[in-house]
Amino acid sequence: MPVTNSPRTLFDKIWDDHVVERLEDGTCILYIDRHLVHEVTSPQAFEGLRLSGRRVRRPDATVAVVDHNVPTSDRSKPIEEPQSRLQIETLEKNVAEFGVPYFPLRSASQGIVHVVGPEQGISLPGMTIVCGDSHTSTHGALGSLAFGIGTSEVEHVLATQTILQKPAKNMRVSVEGKVGPGVTAKDIMLAIIGRIGTAGGTGHVIEFAGSAIRDLDMAGRMTLCNMSIEGGARAGLVAPDETTFAYVKGRPFAPKGEAFEQACDYWRSLASDEGAYFDTEVTLAAEEIIPSVTWGTSPQDVLPIDGSVPSPSDVADPARAAQIQRALDYMGLEAGQKIAGTPVDVVFIGSCTNSRLEDLRAAADVVRGRHVAENVRAMVVPGSGLVKHAAEAEGLDKVFLDAGFEWREAGCSMCLGMNPDRLTPGQRCASTSNRNFEGRQGPDGRTHLCSPAMAAAAAVTGHLCDVRELVRETV
Amino acid sequence: MDKFTELTAIAAPMPTENIDTDQIIPARFLKTIQRTGLGKSAFAAQRYDADGNEKPDFVLNQEPYRHAEILITYDNLGCGSSREHAPWALLDFGIRCVIAPSFADIFFNNCFKNGILPIPLPREICDELMDDARQGSNSRLTVDLERQVIVRPNGETIAFEVDPFRRHMLLEGLDDIGQTMAHDAEISSFEHRPSRAWVPSITIGTAK
Repeated sequence: MPVTNSPRTLFDKIWDDHVVERLEDGTCILYIDRHLVHEVTSPQAFEGLRLSGRRVRRPDATVAVVDHNVPTSDRSKPIEEPQSRLQIETLEKNVAEFGVPYFPLRSASQGIVHVVGPEQGISLPGMTIVCGDSHTSTHGALGSLAFGIGTSEVEHVLATQTILQKPAKNMRVSVEGKVGPGVTAKDIMLAIIGRIGTAGGTGHVIEFAGSAIRDLDMAGRMTLCNMSIEGGARAGLVAPDETTFAYVKGRPFAPKGEAFEQACDYWRSLASDEGAYFDTEVTLAAEEIIPSVTWGTSPQDVLPIDGSVPSPSDVADPARAAQIQRALDYMGLEAGQKIAGTPVDVVFIGSCTNSRLEDLRAAADVVRGRHVAENVRAMVVPGSGLVKHAAEAEGLDKVFLDAGFEWREAGCSMCLGMNPDRLTPGQRCASTSNRNFEGRQGPDGRTHLCSPAMAAAAAVTGHLCDVRELVRETV
Repeated sequence: MDKFTELTAIAAPMPTENIDTDQIIPARFLKTIQRTGLGKSAFAAQRYDADGNEKPDFVLNQEPYRHAEILITYDNLGCGSSREHAPWALLDFGIRCVIAPSFADIFFNNCFKNGILPIPLPREICDELMDDARQGSNSRLTVDLERQVIVRPNGETIAFEVDPFRRHMLLEGLDDIGQTMAHDAEISSFEHRPSRAWVPSITIGTAK
C-alpha cells in the first residue's frame, strides 16, 4: 500500500485502502466490499463458476435482487414472458446454490438494485462497491467508490472478491452557489453532462463538490452520481458528511451503536485533503442552471427548457453535423425549433436515477390538483417496495392515481424496456431515466430526459414545458 | 477465451461517434442466459426493419462487410450500459478487433475479457483506416498484436499501444480469475486487517 504524506483526494484514499496488491505493471488487485447482483448480467458468471468448480468467496458481501426484467404490474400473477421468467428463475437457482443473500420478487424490500443498496444500508461510505450495471456509480453518493463491471468481472469478483484495475484519474466538478426554485439534482447533472460531454469523464472518477452539492439531500446526490457514467466517468463521488451519516444511521445493514460512531470517524477522514491534485477541474455556477431537457439521442444533447434545438449548420465537423441531423431525424424535431411546447405521448417517472421518495414527492407537488393531459399515458414506477410503501403512507399514490397516472410495482421498467413497459415506435416520452439513446425505451421510441418535476409538468400539460411556470401559478 | 495473435481481415467502416452498447445490442436481447448466439441481433435496430428484413444501406448487411472481423468507428465507442452482451454480440458476429479514437471504459475492458482487441488511435489515423476499409475486400488490414502494428493494404505500418498485462492475456488466451486466485493468501490477509473491522457482514437469511 502506498504510504504518502502528500495530499490525497477522496478517490485516492478509498483506492489506497482497498489495494490488496500492486502488480508489476501497475495493475492493482482491488478488494471489493460489496457486490450487488441482478438477473440480467449474472447468469453467465455463475455458470462460469460452476464449470470451473469455484465457489462464491464472500456470500456475506454479496446481495442479489431482481429488477431489470420484472413486470411492474400485478405481482400475484406468474411472469408471462418465458425468457424473463427463465432469467429470474436462474438467479433464484444460483443464489440458492451459492448461498447468496437475495431479495425475491415478492419481498417488500425488492426494488432497483441501486435504490435497494443504499436504502438497506448495504452500501456504505468508504466502501468499494461493484455491480454488473453501469449505474452502480449511484452508490458514490454515499462516498463509496462504486462502478459498473461486465459479466466476466462479475465472475472474477464472485470468485476472488477482488477486481483487477489501474487507478483512475481524478476530476472535480464544483457547483457553487444556490440553485433557483424548480431546479433539481437532475438539472444540475444534465448541465454538467452538457458541459463536459458524454466522454468528458472517460478514465476519471468525478468528485462532485461545491456548496450546491453539499446542499443536496441523499436522493439528489444519488441522481447526480447515477449519471456520472453518462459523462463517461468510471464513478462519481460525494464526500461523506453529516447528511450522509444521518441517512445511513439505523439502516438495516449499517453498523450500529459504537461501531457506527467509529465508522463515522473513519468516513470523516476520507474527504479530499486541502491541496489534493485533480487532473481535471470543472466549475459551474448554480444560479446559471435552469430546468433542462435533452433534445437528441445522447445525454450530452441537453437544452435549458427555454432553449432551441441545434442545427447541423451550427458545427464545422461534418461527422458531428451528420450526427445532429441523424438525431433530429430520429427524434422527429426541426433544427432551430423551441424545445418547450413539444407534445409528449408518454411520461415515465422512475428508474435508478429518479425513483426515490423525494423524487416522487417533487413530482406529486406538481401533479396535485391537476390531471394528466388527454392522450398522454403517465406512469410512476417507485424504485423499491419500501419507497412505494412510504409514498403510499403519505398519500402520494392517491395524488398520482387521482390525476390519471398509473401507480406500479418497483423495477427498472421503461428505463430500458426489458419488461413489457416499452414505448411503441414514434412515441415521445418525457422520462426521468438516464439514457435517451436510440431505441432505449423501445424500438424507435423518443426519449427526453428531465427531472421528476419537469416530467410531471409534461404529463399535466401534454408537452415539454418549464415547471416553474406551473409552480408559480399555484404559489 | 480464444487467443489473439495476428488477424488479417476485412474492416467495416462505421464513421459514427458515441456508438452506445444499446445500439450494439438492444436491451430486449439481454434475456439470454448464455454468452453465444447474439451475433444475429448485433446492431438490430440499424440492421433490420420492423419485419426483420435486412436494411440494405447498413454497412454490415453489405458485401464484403458482412464478413468483417474488424470494426472502425469514431469517438467514444461502447458508451452507456456495462452489458458484456455488446462484445459477446460483436464476437458472435465475427468481430475480433475494434479501432476508434476513444472508447468508453467498461466496454474497453469487456473487450479484452472476450478476446477482442480494442485499439485507440488518433482520429486522423482512424480516418485513413476508414478509407482503407471503404475499399472493400481487396483492402484487408492486418492487426499484429505481437509486434503491436497495423499493416495497411499499401504496406504502411501503424504502431499501437496496448497494456502489457492485457496484451499477454490476449496473446496467451488466458482469463484472469485463476491468476488472481494465486494471490489468495494476500487477499485473506487483507480481509483480516484490523482497519476493516467496521465492515458489516450480510449473513444469509438476513435479507428480507
